[in-house]
Amino acid sequence: MKKEKILISGNEAIGEGAIQAGCFFYAGYPITPQNELTAYMAKRMLQEKRIFIQAESEVSAINMVLGASSCGFRAMTSSSSPGISLKQEGISYLAACQLPAVIVNIMRAGPGLGNVFPAQSDYFQATKGGGHGDYHSIVLAPSNIQEAFDFMFLAFDLADKYRNPVMILGDGILGQMMEPLRLSVVSGQLSDRYNLKTKNRKLKAKSWALTGCKKRSPHIIRSLYLKQKEIEELNLLLQKKYKTIKQKESRWQEVDIEDAKVIMVAYGTMARIAKGVVKKLREKNKKIGLIRPITLWPFPQRVFERICQRRIIFLVIEMSYGQMLEDVKLAVEGRAKVEFLGRGGGGIPKEQEILHKIESLKI
Amino acid sequence: MKKIFKHPQSLRKVSTHYCAGCGHGIAHRLIAEVVDELNIREKVIGVAPVGCAVVAYDYWNFDCCEAAHGRALAVATGIKRCRPQNIVFTYQGDGDLAAIGTNETIHAANRGENLTAIFINNAVYGMTGGQMAPTTLIGQKTATTPYGREANYHGWPLKISEILALLKGVVYVERVSLHAPLEVLKAKRAIKQAFFNQIEKRGFSLVEILSPCPTYWQMSPKEALDWIKEVMTKEFPLGRIK
Ligand SMILES: Cc1ncc(C[n+]2csc(CCOP(=O)(O)OP(=O)(O)O)c2C)c(N)n1
Ligand code: SF4
Ligand SMILES: [Mg+2]
Repeated sequence: MKKEKILISGNEAIGEGAIQAGCFFYAGYPITPQNELTAYMAKRMLQEKRIFIQAESEVSAINMVLGASSCGFRAMTSSSSPGISLKQEGISYLAACQLPAVIVNIMRAGPGLGNVFPAQSDYFQATKGGGHGDYHSIVLAPSNIQEAFDFMFLAFDLADKYRNPVMILGDGILGQMMEPLRLSVVSGQLSDRYNLKTKNRKLKAKSWALTGCKKRSPHIIRSLYLKQKEIEELNLLLQKKYKTIKQKESRWQEVDIEDAKVIMVAYGTMARIAKGVVKKLREKNKKIGLIRPITLWPFPQRVFERICQRRIIFLVIEMSYGQMLEDVKLAVEGRAKVEFLGRGGGGIPKEQEILHKIESLKI
Repeated sequence: MKKIFKHPQSLRKVSTHYCAGCGHGIAHRLIAEVVDELNIREKVIGVAPVGCAVVAYDYWNFDCCEAAHGRALAVATGIKRCRPQNIVFTYQGDGDLAAIGTNETIHAANRGENLTAIFINNAVYGMTGGQMAPTTLIGQKTATTPYGREANYHGWPLKISEILALLKGVVYVERVSLHAPLEVLKAKRAIKQAFFNQIEKRGFSLVEILSPCPTYWQMSPKEALDWIKEVMTKEFPLGRIK
C-alpha cells in the first residue's frame, strides 16, 4: 500500500473518504461552505463510474439517497445548515425505514439564512433527532482533515451495521481548511475497509434490499403502520437499537484529564483550539485537560461518570450559545461544576478568551 | 379449455381498504395485470405515495418502497439510477404529484429519468378528508373550498400532464379515465405503453388516470362515474398528450 500524503481541503477529504468507503450514490444541492464537496463528487463519482446527481433541492437529494439506500447501495448527501433543515423529514423517514445513509453537515451560522461563517449551532438538530418522531442519527464530529477522511469509513460502516442514518457534523473551518492527508493510513478497525479499495460490489449484499422479488417473497420498505400497536412496536425496536449503539459506539478522546482540575469539553474545530490551550497551560504546570466527544450522539457519558469521582470544574466551549452544554450537564448530573464559554453567529472563542475564562474559575 | 381470466400474480389475494366505487383498486389491478403480462414481476420496484394509496404495497405482490408525501419520483430516481436493470414506477395522487411534489415531478421528468409515473387524478385529497387538490374543478365544493373553487381566489385546476409534455426528457404522456369499461381498457393499454417505454429505455412516461372518489365528491359510485364523463373530462380531456 502506497503511503501518499496530499494537501487537500476538508470538504474534498470527506468526498474522497466517501468514495474510498464505497459510496455509490451521491445527491446534493449547492450551498456554502460545502460547495467543494459537491463539486468534488461531481468529478470523482463519474471517474469511478458511480452516480452523482445535482438535485433540484435538498429535499429531493435526501429522498434520492433514500431510494438508493433502499436498493442496497451506499449513498450519501451533504449540505450546510439551512439545507440540512430541509432534509429533516427525509432523515426521519430513513430512521423509521431503518435505512443506512450518510449525511454531511458543514455547519454555518444561523438562524435563518445567517451567513457562511463557521458555527456549531446545529448540535441540537443533529443529536436530538432533528426531524419528527423519536429517533436518533449517529453523529460523528471530526476535528481535523485526516479524521474527516477516516470517519467516512466509520460512518458508512456504522450506517450499514445499524441500518441507521449517520451524520458527519463539521463546520465551515473544517470544510474549507487545507491540511496534509495520508490516504493510506491503516488504523485498527478501519483497516478492512481500506482493503476494500473502491469497489462497492465487494461490500456485503444487504438481505433486506429492494432488488426485484426474484425467487423470494417481496420486500417492502415502509414507515407507515396503521395500527397503534405496530407503530409502538417499531418504536420499541428502534429504542432497543439505540440502547445498543449507546453501549457500543460512544467514542471520545481524552487529553491530560487524569490529574486535571479543569477539564474543557469541546468538539470539532473548537477542540483543536482547546488542545492548544492544554499544551500552553501544561507548559506552565497548570492542571488542565480536555475531553473531546467524537460521537456527539451517542454522547460519551461514560467518561464523565468516571471522572466525576474527583473534584473538577468542566468548562464547555462551543461555537454556539450552549447546546452540547446540556448533554454535559446531563452526564455530570450535578456531581461537578459546569462552566460555559461560547460564541455564535460565526464568532469563535479564541485562545486568549479561553485562557481568561480559565483564569477566572475559582479552582 | 383456455383460461382467459385469472387473478394477477402481481396482486395479493386480500381485500383493500378503499371505499366502495373508489378508482384506486381498479388502477392497482391494471398495473398488476400489465406487470404480469410484461413478465416483469420479479424485476419491478414500485414506489408508493402518501395518499389513500399509501399501502398499495400491501396489495401488490412485488418489491415496493414507500416515499414521503410528494417525494416518490426522487426516491424512484435514486432506485433506478442504482439499479437500471429493474423496472421502477411511482403511483401518486394529485396532491402528491402535483402540489407538494411538483418540484420532484418536474425535475425527474426533465432529467428524462427512465421511469414510469402513474398519476391518479381524483380532484381531491382523499386521505386527509376531501380537501381541495391542485386538480379540483372550478365550482367544486371540498372541505377547504366550502363555497366552491373560485379561479380568482384559489387559482385554476393545474394541468400538470400538459406541462410535463413540454419537457424534452418526457417521451410519453396520456390521460385516461376509469368511468366506463372501454375507458378502463384504454387505461390499461396506456399503462402498458408507459412500462414498455421504460423497458425500451426511452425515458420518462406518465399516465394520468381520472379516478372516482365518490366519498369526497359526495356522490354514489354511479354518479361519480357520470361526473367524470360529463364534467371532469371537459377540464381534463382524454387522450394522448405526447
Ligand atoms: C409532509 C406532509 N404533509 C401533509 C401530509 C398529509 N397528507 C397525507 S395524504 C395528503 C393528500 C393526499 O392527496 P392525494 O395525493 O391527492 O391522494 P389521494 O388520497 O387523493 O389518493 C396529505 C395532505 C403528509 N402526510 N405529509
Ligand atoms: S377517500 Fe376517495 S380516494 Fe380515498 S379510498 Fe375513499 S373513494 Fe378512494
Ligand atoms: Mg387525490
